[in-house]
Amino acid sequence: MHSFFELFGRYFLLMRKVFTRPDRISVFWRQLILETEKLGLSSIAIVAIISVFIGGVIALQSSFNIVSPLIPKMYVGYMTRETMVLEFSSTMIALILAGKIGSNIASEIGSMRITEQIDAMEMMGVNSANYLILPKIIAATVFNPLLMLLSFIVGLAGGWLIVAATGVITISQYVDGLQMEFNNFYITYSMIKMAVFSFIITSVSAFFGYYAFGGSLHVGRSSTRAIVSCCVAILIFNLILTQLLL
Amino acid sequence: MIKAKNIYKSFNEKTVLDDISASFEPGKTNLIIGASGSGKTVLLKTLVGLHDADAGEIWYNDVLFSRLPFKEKKVMRQNIGMLFQGGALFDFATVEENVMFPLTMFTNKSYEEKRERVNFCLKRVDIIGAEKHYPSELSGGMQKRVGIARAIALNPSYLFCDEPNSGLDPNTAILIDNLIREITQEYNITTIVNTHDMNSVMEIGDKVIYIYQGKKWWEGSSADILQANSLELNNFIFASNMTKMLKKLSAK
Ligand SMILES: Nc1ncnc2c1ncn2[C@@H]1O[C@H](COP(=O)(O)OP(=O)(O)O)[C@@H](O)[C@H]1O
Ligand SMILES: [Mg+2]
Repeated sequence: MHSFFELFGRYFLLMRKVFTRPDRISVFWRQLILETEKLGLSSIAIVAIISVFIGGVIALQSSFNIVSPLIPKMYVGYMTRETMVLEFSSTMIALILAGKIGSNIASEIGSMRITEQIDAMEMMGVNSANYLILPKIIAATVFNPLLMLLSFIVGLAGGWLIVAATGVITISQYVDGLQMEFNNFYITYSMIKMAVFSFIITSVSAFFGYYAFGGSLHVGRSSTRAIVSCCVAILIFNLILTQLLL
Repeated sequence: MIKAKNIYKSFNEKTVLDDISASFEPGKTNLIIGASGSGKTVLLKTLVGLHDADAGEIWYNDVLFSRLPFKEKKVMRQNIGMLFQGGALFDFATVEENVMFPLTMFTNKSYEEKRERVNFCLKRVDIIGAEKHYPSELSGGMQKRVGIARAIALNPSYLFCDEPNSGLDPNTAILIDNLIREITQEYNITTIVNTHDMNSVMEIGDKVIYIYQGKKWWEGSSADILQANSLELNNFIFASNMTKMLKKLSAK
């Protein structure tokens, strides 16, 4: 327990170093664009692929499960939409991104730490935490909610494709379901969740990388610990945010 | 001129630096020698403020560096160049970008002026035609040279080198040593070099400090070191059969 609080304290101390004015604003913007490309744009393909399949499979499963003639078939569309917007496109996508960009960040910063590149930066008088970490946090927190939107739309399209391909229900039933009783706020809710999760992923994994020490073995280990910690934090914050927002 | 006064540093109860005092003069290559694990790197990093000393004072001329607030330390550091043991070149940047990095962060020079300075520094360390290469594409010796170029980009008054020739073949090692010595004299820099290599000591050691188990065991010039009557230092100097043989030969 003691070491848990110590870890927490060090995380906040690091964040205080991260959230300061960049030494050079022009350099910061350049880094921000690079990181948006590295952390956000490069995830578009994987998010789209996973979402199209999951959207399809949800549509298929819910149509198999609606056997009672009392339940209208259009509920397939409704269920696909609700599952995607409420949980899959934010929480599940965030867990996947924790694996993808979390390990990327932790190992990148970790190897810069053990090869003394971070010391070299500090030595020059550059705030290394700010230089390396702030652009990552901002890039992911701002851009990834768009990935949530993408996942949602592509997921619905996946359901549509499956419905069209298998004919389990008619397309107009599916589309009616999609439009049924839609609460616009769910999209906002989901985007807020994604922003918070992205903040967690980037800051926590950067933290584990920044305090890596020893050899490449340790870097690997801290990147594993980073992913596990990110996932746990995401699940906890999912509960908290749902309680707060809905 | 850098002065260290009664520096102590320990990690988790383990004392690594034990009452170290020393002074380092400009225009001279000051060497810190000692076995692996004796505390050389920790001493160097404490002198530049990457580690905080537990006790003691570090003076840069008449500035008490060890007590400076963080912001002022940052400004001071722009006047300090450091070459790290593995080179510590940024692997996300090309050779040119590496050397340009401190210029971009701390000067308002135009891109042309920066390039001019970068080319000058790279030429000074004999790197020609590798500007667009990434560090991983360079040999160990070339990485060290680029590290030196980056360290001198801002024209520092102080230069720190952590084992500049570790991992290099003897010829390259001597070239790097001499490069450091030449730059030191040319720009009247206060240079401190960590090494465990006796070749460097004989080649460039204007002043030598021997660290043994975190304590300053001996201090003198490379001219006196072979005659030093310290058992630990003797064991360090004459560790290899070759140096033992040389000692016998010179005694005859
Ligand atoms: N950050 C650190 N935390 C704990 N112990 C350290 C740290 N850095 C160095 N040490 C210990 O200090 C001692 C001296 O290390 P170092 O200065 O790297 O030796 P060397 O003379 O080879 O450069 C070693 O025993 C090392 O384990
Ligand atoms: Mg060392």
